[in-house]
Amino acid sequence: MNAQMQSASEFLSLLSTASGVSGYESSIASLVMERFKTITDEVHRDTFGNVYALKKGNGQRAKLMLTAHMDEIGLIVNKIDPRGFLSFTSIGGVDQRTLLSQEVLVHGRQTIPGIIGSLPPHLLQNGDSDQAVKMVDMTIDVGLSLDKIKEVIQIGDIITLRRDTCPLLNNLITGKSMDDRAGVVVMMVCLEELAYLKHSHDVIAVATTQEEVGVRGAFTSAFTLNPDLAVAIDVTHASTPDTKGQTTLDLGKGPAVALGPNIHPAIYRHFSETAQEHRLPIQLEPIPGASGTDAWAIQVSQAGIPTGLLSLPLRYMHTSVETLDLNDVLNSGKLLAHFISSLPDDLEGFLCY
Amino acid sequence: MLLKTLSELNGTSGAEGSVRDFLLQQLEPFVDTLVVDKMGNLIATKKAHLPGPKIMLTAHMDEVALMITDITSDGFLKFQPVGGIDARILVSKPVQMNETLVGVIGSKAIHLQKSSERHKSLNVDQLYIDIGAKSKEDAASKVKLGDYAYFMTKCEPFGEGLYKGKAFDDRVGCALLVELLKKDYSFPLVAAFTVQEEVGLRGAKIAAYHVAPDFAIVLEGTVAADVSDREEDGWVTELGKGPACSLMDRTTLYSPKLIQWVVDVARKKGIPLQFRRGASGGNDAGSIHVSKAGIPTIVLSVPCRYIHSFVSVISEHDYTACLNLVDELLVDLPRKLRISPMDKEDL
Amino acid sequence: MDFELLGQLTQLFGPSGSEERVAEFISTQVRPYCDKLTIDTLGNLIVQRHGTGKRIMIAAHMDEIGLMITHINKEGFLRFTPLGGVRIQNLIGQRVQFGQGRIGTIGVEKLDNPKDFKLDKLYLDIGVSSREDAEQFVHVGETAVFVGNFSESESRIISKALDDRVGCFVAIEALKRTKSTHELAFVFTSQEEIGTRGAQTAAYALEPDLAIAVDVTATGDTPKAHPMSVELGKGVGIKVLDHSMVTSPQVKRWMADVATDRKIPFQWEVLEYGGTDSGAIHLSRGGVPSGVLSIPTRYVHSPAEMLDKHDVEAAVELLVALLESNAELNLLQR
Repeated sequence: MNAQMQSASEFLSLLSTASGVSGYESSIASLVMERFKTITDEVHRDTFGNVYALKKGNGQRAKLMLTAHMDEIGLIVNKIDPRGFLSFTSIGGVDQRTLLSQEVLVHGRQTIPGIIGSLPPHLLQNGDSDQAVKMVDMTIDVGLSLDKIKEVIQIGDIITLRRDTCPLLNNLITGKSMDDRAGVVVMMVCLEELAYLKHSHDVIAVATTQEEVGVRGAFTSAFTLNPDLAVAIDVTHASTPDTKGQTTLDLGKGPAVALGPNIHPAIYRHFSETAQEHRLPIQLEPIPGASGTDAWAIQVSQAGIPTGLLSLPLRYMHTSVETLDLNDVLNSGKLLAHFISSLPDDLEGFLCY
Repeated sequence: MLLKTLSELNGTSGAEGSVRDFLLQQLEPFVDTLVVDKMGNLIATKKAHLPGPKIMLTAHMDEVALMITDITSDGFLKFQPVGGIDARILVSKPVQMNETLVGVIGSKAIHLQKSSERHKSLNVDQLYIDIGAKSKEDAASKVKLGDYAYFMTKCEPFGEGLYKGKAFDDRVGCALLVELLKKDYSFPLVAAFTVQEEVGLRGAKIAAYHVAPDFAIVLEGTVAADVSDREEDGWVTELGKGPACSLMDRTTLYSPKLIQWVVDVARKKGIPLQFRRGASGGNDAGSIHVSKAGIPTIVLSVPCRYIHSFVSVISEHDYTACLNLVDELLVDLPRKLRISPMDKEDL
Repeated sequence: MDFELLGQLTQLFGPSGSEERVAEFISTQVRPYCDKLTIDTLGNLIVQRHGTGKRIMIAAHMDEIGLMITHINKEGFLRFTPLGGVRIQNLIGQRVQFGQGRIGTIGVEKLDNPKDFKLDKLYLDIGVSSREDAEQFVHVGETAVFVGNFSESESRIISKALDDRVGCFVAIEALKRTKSTHELAFVFTSQEEIGTRGAQTAAYALEPDLAIAVDVTATGDTPKAHPMSVELGKGVGIKVLDHSMVTSPQVKRWMADVATDRKIPFQWEVLEYGGTDSGAIHLSRGGVPSGVLSIPTRYVHSPAEMLDKHDVEAAVELLVALLESNAELNLLQR
């Protein structure tokens, strides 16, 4: 693993293991601001929680917006039973099948470790294990008496899964919340690469909030910035044995460039040409409607914003073992940097239909 | 810490090596003999020269885990459980393949599932381990068929006076047994750290045969389902209420007289005790009590929530009380057997 | 506290899109307490009071759910489509009333299998025998609302349309009582039930610094209820989460701190579905810090919603206290 990949992997692990569920992204925001401060001209945060990092261009100064969302899906305490077990519900699209036998952190007045337990096989009856255990029937065990719990935990406290990142073979890495902290790392790689390239236009890398509950940070940040062009960076489904026929993208074959109604055709074309020119691997991702990313909100902000979408192939999305290829992360950052640097000064002409 | 080390070692049925090696090294200073028998049971003896009765204590070294049974053409690993595992707990977890290699058991993203899929659980045949291999050859260079994958969980204090970790069934029993071996009793004591309990009480069968004790106590980690709104009659055992004495399970019906003796000693010594209120499951006693012409056997267990999953929970209070109770039973046993020497019926 | 005004509010006819009567009634109530009264394009009633400090928008929706007539058949029976989240199980045998007073009963066709029960098996009977007769009283496109009179006991109230006439009531009471020096805009919104539409346009126009919606929420205190911690009588709900909004930690904390400081009973509210006007307001333009005060209510969207009077009193007190605080939320420091 080279130094750049090592650095990207470390930052990714740092972001992945930290807690930042939709609406509660403060700790991630601090980590992002601290890192981006060293590679951009100005960093600030708005009242919605979005982080903006500006890298000034040296020429025409149109505004280019990059987005990657900082928030992760998670859980929230909605009841404390008389024996001290916590009932919970989800924030964002959590698959209930991924929760059994899982360690969690309850973010109350202190951070309290907990366990979503499971009934042992000895007590199951015939046919029980064919049905997924419903989230409403699960509880969190924190091993404390009810009195102690009342001192530190309240209804509405946020819960995150406890998961360290692990390297797998061939520069793959697995962990939680790669969706979309890996996108944030792509922005970082892009900004680092841009230090070595000339670019006329201003680049504002935005780490958005609340994507998982309705691309909300994207709505407000797009309105605030009103950029001339935007590219969202998110993750997309990579194929595994159980996704036959549902996706054609693979890990390690480069970022997926989206095309379809959500994407401005000139942006798609420019990604394609840039990749070819610089011999960077890309895959094509045709999307017939909503992309399910920040790009959907940005495109129709105010008077409309030409938008593109770059996605990292990812296995097991929305589980706590999301898996991706670090090569794809680096290649995405490089592709973005070259894309930006080779945009013409006359953006309006470039984007004309 | 002994329990932590034992919990974090990896060793499943038929592959208990690392646990056995650790125990060999731990026990050496304070036992008289250490022997590994034909199936891999570790047998430690103290004071073999003393006149009887010969008492055997057992705890099993194996934990439940996964065995690799196939490598697909794309380099993913198919597996089957070793011992009883509810497949539903396997989803979205990392597993330890060997010293340096980790794999993940993922599942299809929720976005790609039909709504009917969300309510059906995935069974073992649908799951696979992803180690990040590029191809079948790449995977085959790193793992072989028959290799094992283990739960990855740190053993740590948890909540108030509790511990969480994997494999408390039965590393908790192994830890208790090591502590008991540090003490001295007035009779020949044999400790059998057995193999392959989880796949059919196999190691205990041959250990009971060649040790041929007069009495046996099995130390286990057992089911505690005292969680949330589960009805009290379904708890089996409860954390914090002391060790649990077995009444009956699928492999043994325990002698009421022996059980009464346990109750009496516990009461006399002020040690908390509960019953294992349920008839599910089985343990090494199933093989031991019917060995040859029969061996009087009891089982004492530390209650353990979420047994056979990635992370179980025990209470330190229960662990200590169990240790004390077994110690007191062992101190009282020769007296008990002298009153009716070798007359096993009166026990 | 006198709940007569609430009684009058609930009995007004005001389905989504036809809130005029509610707007008119509220106007007469609030006129002495405000500087400016306007009705905008979507039918929102905007009641403004000048001030310095922050511009605070308080939203409560005037509309209730209803049924819109889509067809009148030859025999004078009506077919309809729901306006807002109408639970069709709540409809069989119910009385509904049109704007000019005509009342009808909802009936259902014979079902071969209970699983066949769907909206198109329901019809509305207004007691006529022909299309021509029906057209004397109603026409396609008109809306009917539940009949559900206002019933008050020592601590509880049962009525139709507590969602969200109780929110309007709380807002009106707060307006009468508050000595706040902030710039206040009490918006009695339209079309919340069909997509928080009034709130969206009002927020865009007003550009507030801060918004508080007052609406109802569910409870978990009935037999074998879905797990939820909110209970009648335990205080005003401070919303943590619903489907339309994650309340920001600062807004949550501010509301709880003020409530604790003034010893006003409150409960944390986590709702697994649903939304309020704040859902639309908080995403307006570049974002508006928003919260919700929730009145715990059983049987929401039925003709007999039930709430506890103490919770309503707590809501008024808390709203007044919030408006009179300095509302410095320190949003940039998390």
